[in-house]
Amino acid sequence: MPLLQVDSDGLWCEAGGFHIDPWNPVPKALLTHGHSDHARPGSHAYLAGDPSRGVLRLRLGPEAHIETLPYGAPLTLGATRVSFHPAGHVLGSAQIRVECRGEVWVVSGDYKLSPDPTCQPFEPVRCHTFITESTFGLPIYRWDPAPQVFDSINAWWRSNREQGLCSVLFAYPLGKSQRLLAGLDPAIGPLFCHGAMEKMNAVYREAGVPLPETAFTGEPVRGKSWSGAMVIAPPSAQGSSWMRRFGPVSTAMASGWMRIRGRRRHRPMDRGFVLSDHADWPELQQAIHETGAETILVTHGYREPMVRWLTGLGKQARSLETRFDAEDAE
Amino acid sequence: MKAFAALYTALDETTKTSVKVEALAGYFRAVPPEDAVWALHFLIGRRIKRLIETRKLSDWAMAQAGVPEWIFAECYAAVGDLAETIALLLPPPVTCSARPLREWVEERLLPLRQWPDDKQRESLLAAWNEMDERQRFVWNKLITGAFRVGVSQSLVARALAQVSGLSAEVIAHRLMGDWRPEASFYAQLIAQDTGDAAVSQPYPFFLAHPMEGEPEGLGDPTQWVAEWKWDGIRCQVIRRQWQTFVWSRGEELVTDRFPELASLGAFLPEGTAIDGEILPWNGNAPLPFALLQRRIGRKLLGPKILAEVPVVLQSYDLLEWGGEDVREWPLEKRRAQLAELVTALAPTGRILLSEPVPFESWESLTELRRQSRARGVEGFMLKRAGSPYRVGRKRGDWWKWKIEPWSVDCVLTYAQPGHGRRAGLMTDYTFGVWSNGELVTFAKAYSGLTNEEIARVDAWIRRNTLEKFGPVRRVKPELVFELAFEGIQLSPRHKSGVAVRFPRIARWREDKPASEADTLDTLRALSSN
Repeated sequence: MPLLQVDSDGLWCEAGGFHIDPWNPVPKALLTHGHSDHARPGSHAYLAGDPSRGVLRLRLGPEAHIETLPYGAPLTLGATRVSFHPAGHVLGSAQIRVECRGEVWVVSGDYKLSPDPTCQPFEPVRCHTFITESTFGLPIYRWDPAPQVFDSINAWWRSNREQGLCSVLFAYPLGKSQRLLAGLDPAIGPLFCHGAMEKMNAVYREAGVPLPETAFTGEPVRGKSWSGAMVIAPPSAQGSSWMRRFGPVSTAMASGWMRIRGRRRHRPMDRGFVLSDHADWPELQQAIHETGAETILVTHGYREPMVRWLTGLGKQARSLETRFDAEDAE
Repeated sequence: MKAFAALYTALDETTKTSVKVEALAGYFRAVPPEDAVWALHFLIGRRIKRLIETRKLSDWAMAQAGVPEWIFAECYAAVGDLAETIALLLPPPVTCSARPLREWVEERLLPLRQWPDDKQRESLLAAWNEMDERQRFVWNKLITGAFRVGVSQSLVARALAQVSGLSAEVIAHRLMGDWRPEASFYAQLIAQDTGDAAVSQPYPFFLAHPMEGEPEGLGDPTQWVAEWKWDGIRCQVIRRQWQTFVWSRGEELVTDRFPELASLGAFLPEGTAIDGEILPWNGNAPLPFALLQRRIGRKLLGPKILAEVPVVLQSYDLLEWGGEDVREWPLEKRRAQLAELVTALAPTGRILLSEPVPFESWESLTELRRQSRARGVEGFMLKRAGSPYRVGRKRGDWWKWKIEPWSVDCVLTYAQPGHGRRAGLMTDYTFGVWSNGELVTFAKAYSGLTNEEIARVDAWIRRNTLEKFGPVRRVKPELVFELAFEGIQLSPRHKSGVAVRFPRIARWREDKPASEADTLDTLRALSSN
């Protein structure tokens, strides 16, 4: 029997008696990170990496039983030893290493290799079997260096300010928003966040991640000018009545999908910035190579092309059907 | 090329026309005339025929990017655009060229066609190596002859008006006809001599509002004039200073697209402007609009297509007479003058009068409206007696009372990723209706759902795929959609035996199970109506 396999509730480890990122409530859940397709409420007990404590508390509620381990610290569960290792995706995100009788598996969760000041960098972990995400598993997905992307976002903000517009940047509330805040130039103008982000910002600050000063957008105030301000909002706010308070705006989205012109134009937005918390194609290749794994199991995203590509490189590669839907997480 | 690619990006990044005009004007001010004229050539949609077969282009790009064909195909399916797929896959450039647009086009692009394969390849790889992604994308678009950007000719004319200080109408007029992309043409285009100013200028079109509710709400039927609503292209035909101008509703000059109307112009008295509909016409009745579309799609109008799809001007209003603006005249007076003119011009065979349809009561008009389909019209136009010709979409005097589209409930059977702005999302759907317990494919549709619905259907398709054939997925026959369409004809070329015109999704019937979708017999019955 393989060390990890998909059952009706999620990735199940028989030898250790736990699930990883289960989509149904289970007795014991090990979590890679706090995005809603990986951290779902209702399980009896959760175990995750130390820095994700605050994020999971906010996402899973005050009643959830959450324990955490420092990165790298091993814990014995049943016949296995498990440990959490930084994945570089969002605050507290981890790869989960599972060892049993000399055999080592690593579950990547979501990850990226490019630097991000809001979370610990990805750490390659040697293993026999690597379960990797493949959200952007096609060679058309290559990211420009983040500083270059932030230069263009800041330039857009500055130009909007000069035209008296309010800038509204759509991004996922956990991870992407904080990474944006850390890269924006607060000298350009005031920074505001939708309520969903403000709660998460507090968690990040509590965890010691330096973020510039932000304010909650709050209730609409008649006559308040938003000209020159930057507002970070969840993608769902786009086109909603919530947007009306800002007056004349320029809108943009920050996501890896913005690499494709058609995807940029799919939404009625002014700009699309290519910034992702997922590995691009070269990073996926590098990460997979550095694990030294002989067997690669590919979950969400472009699974089939990645499997075929890796098979061509002489690796054992298979597709693993899960219910992680990283498309929402972008 | 750098400046042109930057202009392309600026135009692509905004939906606001004022921003587009600014970007265009900024570009035209910044570049020399020999570059500006080429930019103009591409921006207003003049194309160079494809210079290299796409097969070769793809092969060289794959080799350069070091990817096998199958992954190239996967990438293409995700991107939905060949030029863009190639631009995204190529390795980063070695240098960034500052060669001007003219040089790129005249020395590197146009000669491609006569070069042998290896020289084509060498030149292309060299070009890719000195361009960033944005330039490559534009370059690839030019090579494949598929360059398009979201600006109309009138927008370009507005920008050039800003640059030159001339009016946009004069620019649009000067852009007409057969000119060569040379610096001397650009100089003439923005020259201050304005002898031709305003000659071609059309009047703003008066646009009807869709009727809400029943016509009884309009009151006394004797106060209204009814005309059939023709299914053609709205236009103005203008005759001034011995010249004829045909303007489409998008305010583009289309005179050379319709030689029939250009020649009609010679018979019009000086200082005349007629509002009407360009109709494909078989001598007695309108031809299907699809034929006119086919004709519009042709870059060259050969004698064959002109003979197969002749057009007439179905005229309904007179805006200028004897050089005077007569839009304030009451409807009846304008129509009487127009009728007299059309009678005199009848021998040309190029102009008809959209006759008022007499009716006694709203009930009898409602009854007449049922003939719309058989007559090849879209319903009625109702115009208030005594009304002037107004500007734009003003409520109250003109109403369009269109017939309802047909619709059937059908089942989603296949899906594949869309192109352009729907790239990567499953938005190209195939639908079937029941026949002897099986679903028979009868139509494809690409539009009609909201973005939120598209996202939900996309997620559903990914979870309910039964089989994959390249990018095409066969899905569980579960989702039911109401498909609306304009016309239906028996067609031996279609598997279902029927062909529908302009199918689009009216709504997602989440309330209906697949078993309750319509049958092929229902469709056949419609086509015999």
